[in-house]
Amino acid sequence: MLSVRDLTVSLGPEHAPIDIVAGVSFALAKGEILGLVGESGCGKSMTSLAVMGLLPQPGPRVRAGQVMLDGCDVTRLQPWQRVEAGHGRMAMIFQEPMTSLNPVRRIGDQIAEAVRVHEGIAGAAALSRARELLELVRMPDPKMQLSAYPHQLSGGQRQRVMIAIALACRPQVLIADEPTTALDVTIQVQILGLLRELCNRLDMAILFITHDMGVIAQLADRVSVMYAGRIVETASVDALFRRPAHHYTSGLMDCMPSRNPSARRLPTISGQPPAPGRQAAGCVFASRCVAVRDLCRAESPPRAEVSQGHEVLCAFPLNDGEPR
Amino acid sequence: MNGNAILDVRDLKVSFGVRRAGRKHKVQAVDGVSLRLAEGEVLGIVGESGCGKTTVGRSIVGLTRPDGGTISFKGGDVISARGGGLREMRLNVRMVFQDPYASLNPRRAIGDAVAEAGDINGFFKSRADRRAAIDATLTAVGLDPSFAVRYPYELSGGQRQRVGIARAILPTPSIVIADEPVSALDVSVQAQVLNLMMDLREQLSLSMLFISHDLGVIGRISSRVAVMYMGRIVEQAETRTVLDHPLHPYTQALVAAIPKPDPSKRIQGAIETGEPPSLFRRPSGCAYAPRCPIASDRCVTNVPELRSVGADGRRIACHNV
Repeated sequence: MLSVRDLTVSLGPEHAPIDIVAGVSFALAKGEILGLVGESGCGKSMTSLAVMGLLPQPGPRVRAGQVMLDGCDVTRLQPWQRVEAGHGRMAMIFQEPMTSLNPVRRIGDQIAEAVRVHEGIAGAAALSRARELLELVRMPDPKMQLSAYPHQLSGGQRQRVMIAIALACRPQVLIADEPTTALDVTIQVQILGLLRELCNRLDMAILFITHDMGVIAQLADRVSVMYAGRIVETASVDALFRRPAHHYTSGLMDCMPSRNPSARRLPTISGQPPAPGRQAAGCVFASRCVAVRDLCRAESPPRAEVSQGHEVLCAFPLNDGEPR
Repeated sequence: MNGNAILDVRDLKVSFGVRRAGRKHKVQAVDGVSLRLAEGEVLGIVGESGCGKTTVGRSIVGLTRPDGGTISFKGGDVISARGGGLREMRLNVRMVFQDPYASLNPRRAIGDAVAEAGDINGFFKSRADRRAAIDATLTAVGLDPSFAVRYPYELSGGQRQRVGIARAILPTPSIVIADEPVSALDVSVQAQVLNLMMDLREQLSLSMLFISHDLGVIGRISSRVAVMYMGRIVEQAETRTVLDHPLHPYTQALVAAIPKPDPSKRIQGAIETGEPPSLFRRPSGCAYAPRCPIASDRCVTNVPELRSVGADGRRIACHNV
């Protein structure tokens, strides 16, 4: 339904662009949750903003690639054209709901505004649709909360409001950028449950962006791992956790404190990711890779398929056939 | 646990006055917390936002004034300490903060930041002595001594947190209070910093109070853990016991909610445990009662006291377990 092909987002002048997202491709099917995981600065948020057409202006721009939604390349449309052409069927929620909500307007009015824009209904009808949306996101006491202000709500409730606003356009694709990172775990688990439920009930696809491998394991159907602006591995969630093929993915899993709790020291990934624009030739992960060979420093690695639907950007993937 | 307690906190109470809608309210951030930290031990404090875990840490180093209870360090009272006694205590009980961006002065060279506590206390005998101490401390936290003349903006998050740790171990203290020291870091960097803290604890025989919201991290570093909810300790035991067999209903919810990095261990079904009540409207009985699946009438009226259950020093505050 949504397919992203060779998306490249760049900073800097036309003649010397610095690619912060370099040739990212993925596809999202109906009712599917794709997790996009990576550490700070890997380009996961830039990817999501580019897909939504929300890149900050002036600044990064889409230099190449396509974002196809229902057969139409939305990167070529202006935001207002997207809404008019009915391609506004994508919505996004963010990490910090407080900065996305207007602090001096009632919750009900803010949801109704989105309803007005997308459905062309106003007044009492829009408010009643707002109440339905609050019920859909399982907000406790939705009728009362319509007249509440954002500061009167808890972090978890604000995130529910954000989801309600996002659902106002009846999206086919919901992009969630670290939506539970600012929440406590007992609240996070409820929001994750809600997203899964909505995905099934509304037959909506979700692109879920996070740095947290645990959250990915809990929620995603498929996972793409990003590193230094590239997707280095894509697999079903089971395959990825059972048999990671990229050395970065496996390193990332090893250094999680909750895995192998008996080992005295945590395994680590030495070094730091390369700064954008300062990437040497060859594989972007070569300088930190435990299994690096001469070829890795000389040539960009090929995209290899290690098994059905399991792709990796590595010349020498971890593929001994042994489950972890 | 029955060894010498280097730090003994009893019935600590801290409240803040907050003005809201033109009226003064009192928020009881910490409501009767007692902790004993044995020499060489790492004690974890875990809890969610607003449970008072940071306030406990800040009270111990004297950054927040408690309104009740006692804190004693090596037998001496901390709260009433003044002059030389206070200075001595502050050199011996140090803190590592969460945000390595906010806790370093951007206009101060790293070396000066690291030496600050020593400078204030006349710890260094000469310039050469000071220089040597800075170099040794930077090396100890895994940074090159050349970092001494650099500034915070030149450093990554992980490097800054190493500086934050360096500041807390020169001169060598007895206790380090680490308040969410790895929460702002990426997992790969988090693992490096956790390893560093474990190494330093051993080399310098530090006692440590490790405050975190992340039970996974606590499980790695601390032998015992206290679980806090709305200003009180609800369960305290060996960390492995708490992780494997949580007893208090809140601890059970907390452990169950940790997203396990294993797709075969997915949390099934809807988990609607509600949200904590506002700190302004604290329930009269057990603070967890409104969310608790096994709450009874008694829980609504009476605050459960922390009591011992079983052997190995496990304590829990619940009427119904």
